[in-house]
Amino acid sequence: MTQRKLTPGSVLFVLAMVVYVGNVLGILFTVILNSASKGWYSGVLPRHLTGEWYAYVATDHNIANLLFVTFLVAIVVVAVAILIAFPAAYVLSRSEFRGKGALLSLFLLPMIVPPMTYGIPLAMVLYKFHLAARVVGVILANLVPIVPFVILILMPFIEQVGANLESAAQMLGARRWTIFRRVLVPLTLPGILTAGILSIVKTISMFELTYLVAGARSQTIVVALYADAYAAGARPPQAVDALAVIYFLTTMVCLIVALRFVSPTQMVFKIK
Amino acid sequence: MPRGLGGGRLLLLFPALAFVLLLFVYPFLYGLFLSFTNAAGSPTLANYARFFLDPWESRTIWVTLWISVPATLVNVALAVPFAVFMRHGMRGEKIVTFFLIVPLTLGTVLVSEGMLTYLGPNGWLNQLLQAIHMVGKPVRFTHNYTGVLLSLVIQGFPFAFLMILGYVSGINPDLEKASQMLGASWLQTFTRVLFPLMVPGIAICFCLNFVMAFSVFPSAMLLGEPSGPTRVIAIAAWQWAFEKFDFNVASAISMVMAVIELIVISAVLVWRNRMYRGASMVGKG
Repeated sequence: MTQRKLTPGSVLFVLAMVVYVGNVLGILFTVILNSASKGWYSGVLPRHLTGEWYAYVATDHNIANLLFVTFLVAIVVVAVAILIAFPAAYVLSRSEFRGKGALLSLFLLPMIVPPMTYGIPLAMVLYKFHLAARVVGVILANLVPIVPFVILILMPFIEQVGANLESAAQMLGARRWTIFRRVLVPLTLPGILTAGILSIVKTISMFELTYLVAGARSQTIVVALYADAYAAGARPPQAVDALAVIYFLTTMVCLIVALRFVSPTQMVFKIK
Repeated sequence: MPRGLGGGRLLLLFPALAFVLLLFVYPFLYGLFLSFTNAAGSPTLANYARFFLDPWESRTIWVTLWISVPATLVNVALAVPFAVFMRHGMRGEKIVTFFLIVPLTLGTVLVSEGMLTYLGPNGWLNQLLQAIHMVGKPVRFTHNYTGVLLSLVIQGFPFAFLMILGYVSGINPDLEKASQMLGASWLQTFTRVLFPLMVPGIAICFCLNFVMAFSVFPSAMLLGEPSGPTRVIAIAAWQWAFEKFDFNVASAISMVMAVIELIVISAVLVWRNRMYRGASMVGKG
């Protein structure tokens, strides 16, 4: 690689990144500061700091229930998605058959089509079968984009495990279940971890699908935050920001854990 | 590699297939069925007529395009040069990507809520712009078209950037070196080698970005004027479903939305296939 010098290009790049990062930080810090401020109508910084908005949110919302539902949904979604997706990813990466391309496209569609497009018909189906407005419905709806996502993440990891390792185990007398447990799972564990962590982050921040199917007691933090922000005027904006900070902290903890294991480019759609 | 689907393999594939059919294909077909029937269940075209013949409803298509097309163009046009610049990695790469991933992870709701204060008349951005005398009085960034567009850029740019970066860093660097050795200028290397090879990636990125922007919902509600200038198609569908409880019209609007998205996706993919054949003759060996 050549040595980089200070070119007009690099100056422009750094400048643009500073503007972008500056605005993102500005957005985040106004939320954090506003949630702890009193009478911040003008000026760069609030004059008084207070914790009263957090007390307000704690009485206004059942925070414990919100957090419980958020994590319950995320964990169940990930567990079920891996159970459904692993066998499918195994077949898709280990065998050739007619219609494989069509099948892959079918699995890709729920990832490409935005949730707001299929979310309304999906919500209607879930209402029809009395699954909506319950945690089960929220879990089912969130699984729709996550299952294909896990399949696509797992496929390259399974491809990397040579098929001859399985044949060797088979020749040594291992049964299918033993091969799965002692060969396949340990060798694809990094993939399972990557898929699991990314899915948890995605599910916690999934707004549209949860919003369309959740009821009052089955909503997650992000849906409660939207409802508060939309009904501006019903409660002080600082209290809305206090809930936003609670959501922000929940997501950031998961993101920082995730970034220890995966690279940022894995978090967006992968182009083949 | 084993060929064909034996009974065992079909069994392994079954849960995922059943899942996609039940929770993705079936709702879609159910919505299609609802959109062509009335509340009593008899076939009708009235739901589509309700949408297309009422200017208040049908203009949501143009309103949505008027927001999503510029947002997508801006995102992709910004993402390409930055991704090309960063393709071999650089110092501080981790920090930059971290700040790109943060708004993506936090999602539209939190970013919109933050933007309401940050971009508000007394927000930091207006204070800064006034302090450096770029503007005389506070600029109105929120509760209008600009607010929605800005939120789509804040969310869409990192998505486009990381996607194109993942793609462009996979292009063999020897091609660039070869082009330089043959005496090509920097610009020639970009336009004749890198860009043609990036076209498929850019096309997919454009598609996904557009489709995301076209279905914009929370930020149009929070940062825009959902009762008028930013009443996008997703808001129309949502209002029919959950305010008027008319699932038939809501389904019709959802189908219109899906069809427009599919048209754009397939148009870009067809264009990509044409370009790609040309590009592969130039580059890949």
